[in-house]
Amino acid sequence: MKEIDELNLPEDLNYAEDHEWVLRDGDTVKIGISDYAQDQLGDIVFVELPEVGAVFNKGDEFGTVESVKAVSELYIPISGEITGINKSLEDSPELVNTDPYKNGWMVQVKPGNPDELNELMNRNAYLEMLKGME
Amino acid sequence: MRYLPHTEEDIKEMLQTVGSESLDALFSMIPENCRRSEDMNLPESLTEWELDKLMENLSNDIAASPEYKSFVGAGSYEHYIPASAQYLLSRSEFVTSYTPYQPEMTQGTLQAIYEYQTLVSRLLGMEVANASIYDGASALAEALLMSIRITRKNKVAVSQLVHPLYRQVIKTYFKPSGYEIVELPYLESGLTDISGLKDLEDFAAVAVQSPNFFGCIEDLHTVGEMAHEKKTLLVAAFTEPLAFGLFKSPGSLGADIACGEGQSLGIPQAFGGPALGLFAGKLKYVRHMPGRLVGETVDRGGKRGYVLTLATREQHIRREKATSNICTNNSLCALASAMYMASTGGTGIRSLARLNYDKSEYLKSAFRNAGIGIPFEGATFNEFVVKLSGGSRKAYDRLLKKKIIAGLDLAPYYSELENHYLFCVTETKSRAEMDRLVQEMTS
Amino acid sequence: MNNAIGTTGLILNEPLLWEKGKRGRCGISIPKQDVPSADIAPSLSGEGPDFPDLSEVDVVRHYTRLSQWNFGVDTGMYPLGSCTMKYNPKTNERQTQLKGFAQAHPLLPTELSQGALKLMYELEKYLAEITGMDAVSLQPAAGAHGELAGMLIIHAYHTNKGTNRSKILIPDTAHGTNPASAALCGYKSVPVKSSEQGVLSKESIEAAMDEETAGIMVTNPNTLGLFEENIIAISEIVHAKGGLVYCDGANMNAVMGIVNMGDIGVDVMHLNLHKTFSTPHGGGGPGSGPVCVKKHLEPFLPVPRIIEDNGQYVFSEDFPESIGKLHAFYGNFGVMIKCYSYIRSMGAANLKRASQLAVLNANYIKEKLKDVLHLPYDRPCMHECVFSDKHQKSDKITTLDMVKRLMDYGFHPPTIYFPLVVNGAIMIEPTETESREDIDLLIDAFKAIVEEAKTDPDKVRNAPTNCKVQRLDETAAARNPCLTG
Repeated sequence: MKEIDELNLPEDLNYAEDHEWVLRDGDTVKIGISDYAQDQLGDIVFVELPEVGAVFNKGDEFGTVESVKAVSELYIPISGEITGINKSLEDSPELVNTDPYKNGWMVQVKPGNPDELNELMNRNAYLEMLKGME
Repeated sequence: MRYLPHTEEDIKEMLQTVGSESLDALFSMIPENCRRSEDMNLPESLTEWELDKLMENLSNDIAASPEYKSFVGAGSYEHYIPASAQYLLSRSEFVTSYTPYQPEMTQGTLQAIYEYQTLVSRLLGMEVANASIYDGASALAEALLMSIRITRKNKVAVSQLVHPLYRQVIKTYFKPSGYEIVELPYLESGLTDISGLKDLEDFAAVAVQSPNFFGCIEDLHTVGEMAHEKKTLLVAAFTEPLAFGLFKSPGSLGADIACGEGQSLGIPQAFGGPALGLFAGKLKYVRHMPGRLVGETVDRGGKRGYVLTLATREQHIRREKATSNICTNNSLCALASAMYMASTGGTGIRSLARLNYDKSEYLKSAFRNAGIGIPFEGATFNEFVVKLSGGSRKAYDRLLKKKIIAGLDLAPYYSELENHYLFCVTETKSRAEMDRLVQEMTS
Repeated sequence: MNNAIGTTGLILNEPLLWEKGKRGRCGISIPKQDVPSADIAPSLSGEGPDFPDLSEVDVVRHYTRLSQWNFGVDTGMYPLGSCTMKYNPKTNERQTQLKGFAQAHPLLPTELSQGALKLMYELEKYLAEITGMDAVSLQPAAGAHGELAGMLIIHAYHTNKGTNRSKILIPDTAHGTNPASAALCGYKSVPVKSSEQGVLSKESIEAAMDEETAGIMVTNPNTLGLFEENIIAISEIVHAKGGLVYCDGANMNAVMGIVNMGDIGVDVMHLNLHKTFSTPHGGGGPGSGPVCVKKHLEPFLPVPRIIEDNGQYVFSEDFPESIGKLHAFYGNFGVMIKCYSYIRSMGAANLKRASQLAVLNANYIKEKLKDVLHLPYDRPCMHECVFSDKHQKSDKITTLDMVKRLMDYGFHPPTIYFPLVVNGAIMIEPTETESREDIDLLIDAFKAIVEEAKTDPDKVRNAPTNCKVQRLDETAAARNPCLTG
């Protein structure tokens, strides 16, 4: 497992308490899980994602990630409608481990309430939270 | 007692190590009011030789071949089991090991189960089979629950010609959840009436058994087409998998899940258990499947090996969201069936299935020639229904006195079928025995 | 350690079944064709399965070689916590092969199966006596099936009273199957934390129990190997709110003849005949999971039940409140025969002694290893003890590494990473059938491994080296499942 100072936490992202990240991208956002989360889970073997068009409220379970001996629920950090999913995770779930912020993204969402974006943490706040969990 | 290795000296020294005065004192953490006050009241212990006598006496008080000639099947079939398979199955490395959670030490079990999964898939014409369920009935209940998970619909249709006892088990499994079961009636031909399928809306699955409880071969292909039109899954059940040595497999006829009893494949009848729940499905539904799965992989040196896999479906990881609560299954029975299928091979299982078919057809025509009615005329495997004239119970009882068990009375299961009996013939019945049966029944 | 029993043996390679054989071989004797060949409609006839054709010798060598890659209780010590891997007596196996038992058809008239019914009837009575419960059904085919039966009985009990409860309490020291079994009855699991002593407190149950809750599923002794000492008070709280107490009896091997489950507030429980009662585990079954109840739940037991009438035994379906059938026939009769043989061979005194010695063995291991392995709950244990890898963290050696190395010393690993309340748990259940000498060997092996963790950690990380295969790539197996050949 990585030490906290070994984690890759990009500046341009927002983070949620359940370790999802959010990237603003025009009208929509992309969501994935952080380097910390993928490291804790270990080798990811399967990612279950929702169907395009599904609508969620903030905090709803929108999918699961599985390692060999664990299943973790994914909670959506903002309300909205799913406008795209990362189909390449179907055959290559390891992208979540190897490239959590680029090719390992999970869903694209059209925010229902853009104000919720302001409630997310920036890099520093997230880092502080992780330090507090130690 | 020969199973308890401790000498008095061992006990004394070990008690010293743990700092306890006596064996009783080891239980000091159990509050006084939780302790049992009197000794258990059980029969006194027997020597090995006394036990042998007792068990022989009990087992002699059960009707068995060759003294009795039984023509009863109905979900439990008498087939020959090769000595080689019985002998191999008693290898204690298989018998006395646990579920293969530590693959480096259980490659024998793991490779054998992987082979079993493959043989079952090939037999049923399906893409993937699990490592077993308890029996045919629980396999069917699990299959219907799996259909409900896949389709997110909460009604199922079940043919009345699915084994009546299996239907009872489904009801037990479904009772607390409130899922609805609609029964499909049967026709005078001894086949399921599927005409109602076109009106069924929002059904997760339709379950049809083939060969059905009357031994008749159902038109699974048409059932599948009608079901799929409604986005309903076809669950193909069976009690006699040897049929697929000769008849088309459920997978080739469009089944989404095939499940049933595997006892025929080298497992003793043993008063109905342990038996073997065969369970197979389409690969795209594998993550909804109940039970264990073994998969192929490689070790650190690149050598081929086998592990339990896709375990995140299971109870110990996914807990209340698991695809089933099953944990211990019927692994050793699965191994027995794999040994049996390996012994028959493709050529042997076809010959054997053919022989079963020929023998039951022989008895069928012998009955017909003797003027005994065969109410359901279509193709059957192994089993078929006969209609006796009134007073059939008398004939049954008369034959019983001669140690011939003349079929299964269907009236307790289908009240409209008074004087109807379900007969079964396997490779274990000779022509002479069948001739005698017919002769005794008509005398 | 000079006298480790682990060694490299003569291990032969063996391909998959379909990688050997030749079309036209056959390993089974097919009876003679003494009837004419009948017609079959071509539209119904299939191709037959694509099985490899093998001779009898091919089959015998194949499975004999596979068996040699396996480790069982007959090979050596198998201290798998919560699994009770005790010796499986050979006479029990002999009894199941008796012709009458092996060939019994389940649907014959009961007058032709009296021996089977008598055995089952008496076994129910014995199990009721051993647990202190009032009535038993042998129908469940395994432990989880017994749990399901128990949950269905609880559900039926509440429904029968006209109430509809939605939750069930499940302590963090209960068995892993419990939440899945409860979910099948539509119950939502409410987790309850155990105390710092590793047992349930009265207060935590008081806080969690309400009138929406159907009951509690408690494993006693629990998965930390500790007796739930507040069980009577807990039962009273649950009963006062109209709930029922379910006991997972998988750990009954600790308390035969010592605790009457019926007297400590348990309403319904299951047993694992393949644990406590010496029937073999078979590499994953068949097991048998009888469900035992107190009088007030008897009407709900599965049907058919066995009734005795003047020395004659019959099946009866006449129990209108029954949960119904769980198994096509009567459960795993073959396993019941072995359990019956075991109980008749042991008698009351030896069964009690088995529990005493199982507890002695576990406490002995706990005392001998607590200096080298971290012992999170240092108090007298029952039939199993739970350590962790905390002391090895600094060497970057995990529980997994240590137990894989244990294989090289000739032992099957204990249960690991369970219960979840202990990080890196190592759960050791020796059972009563292991002798002191063998237990000492296990203790020495653990000590040697702990030493290796410091002096030669790579040796531990690369273990096992003496098995048929090295550590397997489970990630690849799960990412790209290859489930058939």
